[in-house]
Amino acid sequence: MSEPAPLSADDVAKVAVLARLNLTDEEVERFTGQLASILGHAADLAALDLSTLKVTEHPLELSNVLRADEVRPSLDRAEVLSQAPAVADDRFLVPQIVGEEG
Amino acid sequence: MTARTIAEQVRAGERRATEVVEAALVEIATHDSDLHAFTEVHTASAREAAEAIDAAVAAGNDPGPLAGVPIGVKDNICQRGRVTSCASKILEGWQPPYDATVVGRLAAAGAVIVGSTNMDEFAMGSSTENSVYGPTRNPADHSRVPGGSSGGSAAAVGAGMVPLSLGSDTGGSIRQPAAFCGVVGVKPTYGAVSRYGLVAFASSLDQIGPFAANVGDAALLLEVISGHDPLDSTSLDAPAPSLVAHLDEGVAGLRVGLCKDLIEGASTEITAAVAASAELLAAQGAEIVEMSIPELHYGLSAYYLIAPAEASSNLARYDGVRYGLRVDAANVAEMNAASRTAGFGDEVKRRIMLGTYALSAGYYDAYYAQAQRTRTLIIRAFAEAYASVDLILGATTPTTAFEIGAKVSDPMEMYLSDVFTIPTNLAGHPAISVPAGTGAGGLPIGVQLLGPALSEERLLRAAAVIEKGRA
Repeated sequence: MSEPAPLSADDVAKVAVLARLNLTDEEVERFTGQLASILGHAADLAALDLSTLKVTEHPLELSNVLRADEVRPSLDRAEVLSQAPAVADDRFLVPQIVGEEG
Repeated sequence: MTARTIAEQVRAGERRATEVVEAALVEIATHDSDLHAFTEVHTASAREAAEAIDAAVAAGNDPGPLAGVPIGVKDNICQRGRVTSCASKILEGWQPPYDATVVGRLAAAGAVIVGSTNMDEFAMGSSTENSVYGPTRNPADHSRVPGGSSGGSAAAVGAGMVPLSLGSDTGGSIRQPAAFCGVVGVKPTYGAVSRYGLVAFASSLDQIGPFAANVGDAALLLEVISGHDPLDSTSLDAPAPSLVAHLDEGVAGLRVGLCKDLIEGASTEITAAVAASAELLAAQGAEIVEMSIPELHYGLSAYYLIAPAEASSNLARYDGVRYGLRVDAANVAEMNAASRTAGFGDEVKRRIMLGTYALSAGYYDAYYAQAQRTRTLIIRAFAEAYASVDLILGATTPTTAFEIGAKVSDPMEMYLSDVFTIPTNLAGHPAISVPAGTGAGGLPIGVQLLGPALSEERLLRAAAVIEKGRA
């Protein structure tokens, strides 16, 4: 497996948008150095030929673990909503999504 | 006094749970202003629970195998109606609407939760310095870290404030602090202990496990929290193992691999402690075999791609909508970003960034998939090793506890303190760190025993031999 191009400050700024994080220029610079150092350590993996191996996503070989399809109590709604930052009419309240003039 | 003795005496009516709990509260009041192992002490509910246990005993009922035993619970394990914050600003003040399965099992066994313990934010760290509550200090030397991420749980037991605590181990977060604080720490087989109610960091690696001052108490606590849970779809469909009953059966006839890849790079005093532990096992009839598993060297790199990738996905749920911190903004996307930016600390941001990058288009195969194939490589290498040995012995950590602040500015340097513990998590296997003496400055040293899936009974037996041999 070939080694990908080194991490740039532009990459870090792009990833921050994907991760929904607002980073300052100073943070972008610092993270670029730190993440490049961590990815540099991972270069030892790029040198391995693992093409014949399957990926391991999980240590247990489990699939389709389903519970019985029976009605059972769920979490208490008032208790759940009591932990939300903003609530209206038994619902989570968020800033407006659709434009007012839609 | 051991947890087993406390429970025996409380069950027999020879000692009151209320006295035991009051004594623990006094210990916490005496030591914790310096050590800061607890994020919150649950004085009122602990007293109430202790009174209920005494009442049960008086009424002729058995409160369970941990009757009256005070315990600390890591701040990422949900306790209904109690702040469970993962030591993060984004969950500051959050009170879960349900109990983790292990919390229910503790109560059913008669244990009394006296407080929540400090940790690195979202269990990301090796020193308990990444906590919104500030760092925990090592009981053996207050200028040093207790290890992490379960540093509060380790320090609480190490200082004798509680006989037992629970932590979580994703890459060594139970075993490394156990070694630094001179206590026993067990990372169980993946799926052996329910993760229901453990706030997720890296779901394919996380496991809850016990801290104790001695091997027998760790075995008892592990028995109590193990076993199938229908609420966790990755829970093994196996009964809780019987561990305490087999603790004294020794290691005669066991083949123990002295694994050079889990020793090289450790300090001289730790290397000597591993050799001394091997001799203790050999003296009791174990056969010591020198071995090498070179593939383990790739563990650290694979882990620091897989764990952040899973974390970046798991932590996407902190969006300022359903729980936790919200920073208001003009629209939802800006509110999400503003909340996450204000709520997460630096190390968490770093791992989210790393994971998002490793999963992003163009890099997924080179980083994430390659790391997952490396995981397969390591699992195969372990399987081959366990075809010829029953257990593996090595160091838990390369060094003893380091100074507070020593590694905060260099994440890669911090990550290297987990180099010997990470392979176990990638394989989903169990491992234990057991005290093996002290090094320079009186700092505790731990050695690590590793075994194949569901070998907890064997691991604890061998750890008990090391513990007894040193006594």
